[in-house]
This record gives sequence, structure tokens and C-alpha cells, in this order.
Amino acid sequence: MTCTEFLSKLDDYFDGKVDADLLAEVQAHVKKCSHCEVVMDTTRKTISIYRENEVYEFPEELRERLHAAIMKKCSKAKA
Amino acid sequence: MPAIQSQVAEEVHPDVALVARAKQGDTAAFEQLVRQYERQIFRVAQHITQNREDAEDITQDAFFKAYEKLDQFQGNSKFSTWLVRIAVNESLMRLRKRKTSRTVSMDEDVRTEDGSIPRDFAEWRPNPEQLYGQGELGEILRKTIQGLPAGFRTVFTLRDVENLSTEETAEALGLSVPAVKSRLLRARLQLRERLSRYFRQTNEGANP
Repeated sequence: MTCTEFLSKLDDYFDGKVDADLLAEVQAHVKKCSHCEVVMDTTRKTISIYRENEVYEFPEELRERLHAAIMKKCSKAKA
Repeated sequence: MPAIQSQVAEEVHPDVALVARAKQGDTAAFEQLVRQYERQIFRVAQHITQNREDAEDITQDAFFKAYEKLDQFQGNSKFSTWLVRIAVNESLMRLRKRKTSRTVSMDEDVRTEDGSIPRDFAEWRPNPEQLYGQGELGEILRKTIQGLPAGFRTVFTLRDVENLSTEETAEALGLSVPAVKSRLLRARLQLRERLSRYFRQTNEGANP
């Protein structure tokens, strides 16, 4: 497995969607290629940082205001 | 056979009943759908447009359009995917209006080949999030994702922030599965590369 092939399998690997043969290939590649090991590890961290941290705040006050505006618009359309 | 029945029952998403009620004019049912997805729709819109006022307008417009077009929703996809698709289209339209000098489309970025091939192979420090205060970290994450082309940012947001599957993302964006996969890889690698400037293990300190 080349580094490019490894990268193309990364998504399926993270999702646990690789079969046993491919999994063995991916793991063997990471074992011998320290660059890909770092890329895999830091890409995984990139995803989790964005997933776990609220990048944009959505304060309750804003939610209520938006919610009211949406429902008002819809009820007007119905009338 | 009770086992099969319960299996089938589990597969029906709770939104299906709400959508059916909303289609018959039950405003309370629609309001519940709004409540369930307003945060997600706002977040998607803000990630794509990078502008809070735009995101507010888009959230309102997306739900209003969904309300008006509810009859056209066939239920072939999840209601949330259909809603996200409306919000993404509104967001991209908004970006196009704002950036008159640049075209914005889901195809535009295919040509952007550079910046995806990994160059930085430094490991990150353990618990990189703890290197910065919450406010500072938020600033880094916003600045970093802002630097991505809109098409990449959109795919990353749907797949990795909102946790949509590849298939749902493809459906919401009107792209093929391979196109989503290729954009997602580039988006992830570009973000990783940019975040490495802040989080990598160096002797010179954390700042780029």
C-alpha cells in the first residue's frame, strides 16, 4: 500500500468500514510509515476538536428570537 | 413474528410522524421539527457563510422554505437531510451574492489541488486543546476553517461537525459519493495542516 492509497482509505478506516484484509494492510502501512502514522493521528484529532468544541455559539436568546421569527413567518404564510 | 415487527418499527425515524402531521397542517408538529433542527441549521449556515447575520437569515429562510414545500418532501431521504440541503443551497447563494468577484460553487474547488498533500509530519502535543483558553481555541478553530474554500468547508461541516454519513452528505450537496470522499479528504488534510501550526510539538513555542 502506498501513502496515497493509505490516505484514500482514511475515511473508511475512521468509520470502521474496511474489511479485515484492508484493515491489515492499513495497519501494516502505518507501522512502517511514520509520516502516515502522524497524519492519521493528527487528522483524527482535527476531526474530534471540531466535533467536540462549539466553534460558533448559539446562545439561548438567539435561539428563542430565531424560533419566534420562523414560526411567525410560517403562520403568516398559512393565514 | 414479533422480532421482525420490532425491527421494522425501529427503522421508522420519529420525524416521519411529525412530518406527516405537519403536512396535514399541524403547526405544533412543524414547530417541534424547528426546535429539533434550528441549532443544526444555524451551525451549518454559519460554518458555510462565516457570518452570523447571514446565518440568522438563512435559518429563517430555510425553515420557511421547508414549510412551504413540505408537500414536495417525498420522504425518500431523512427530513433533516432535506432540510440541510435547503440550508446549504441558501448559504451558497448568499456567499455568491457577497463575493461578487469570486464564483462559489461545489465544483469550484475541485481545481484546488495544492494544500492537500501532507507536508507537516510533526506530532501534536498531548491534549492540544488545553494549550489555549476556550476563547482563544474558538478563535483558532474559526480562523482555520475560514481559510478553507467554501466547498471543502461545507463537506467537512456536514460530515465531521454534523456527523452526517457520506451518503447523506452526498444527497444534501447533490454530489456523488466519490466526490464527497475526495473533498472530505482534502478538507481534513488542509485543516490538519493548518492546525499543526498551533498544536505541533516544537521547541519554539506553540505560535506559528
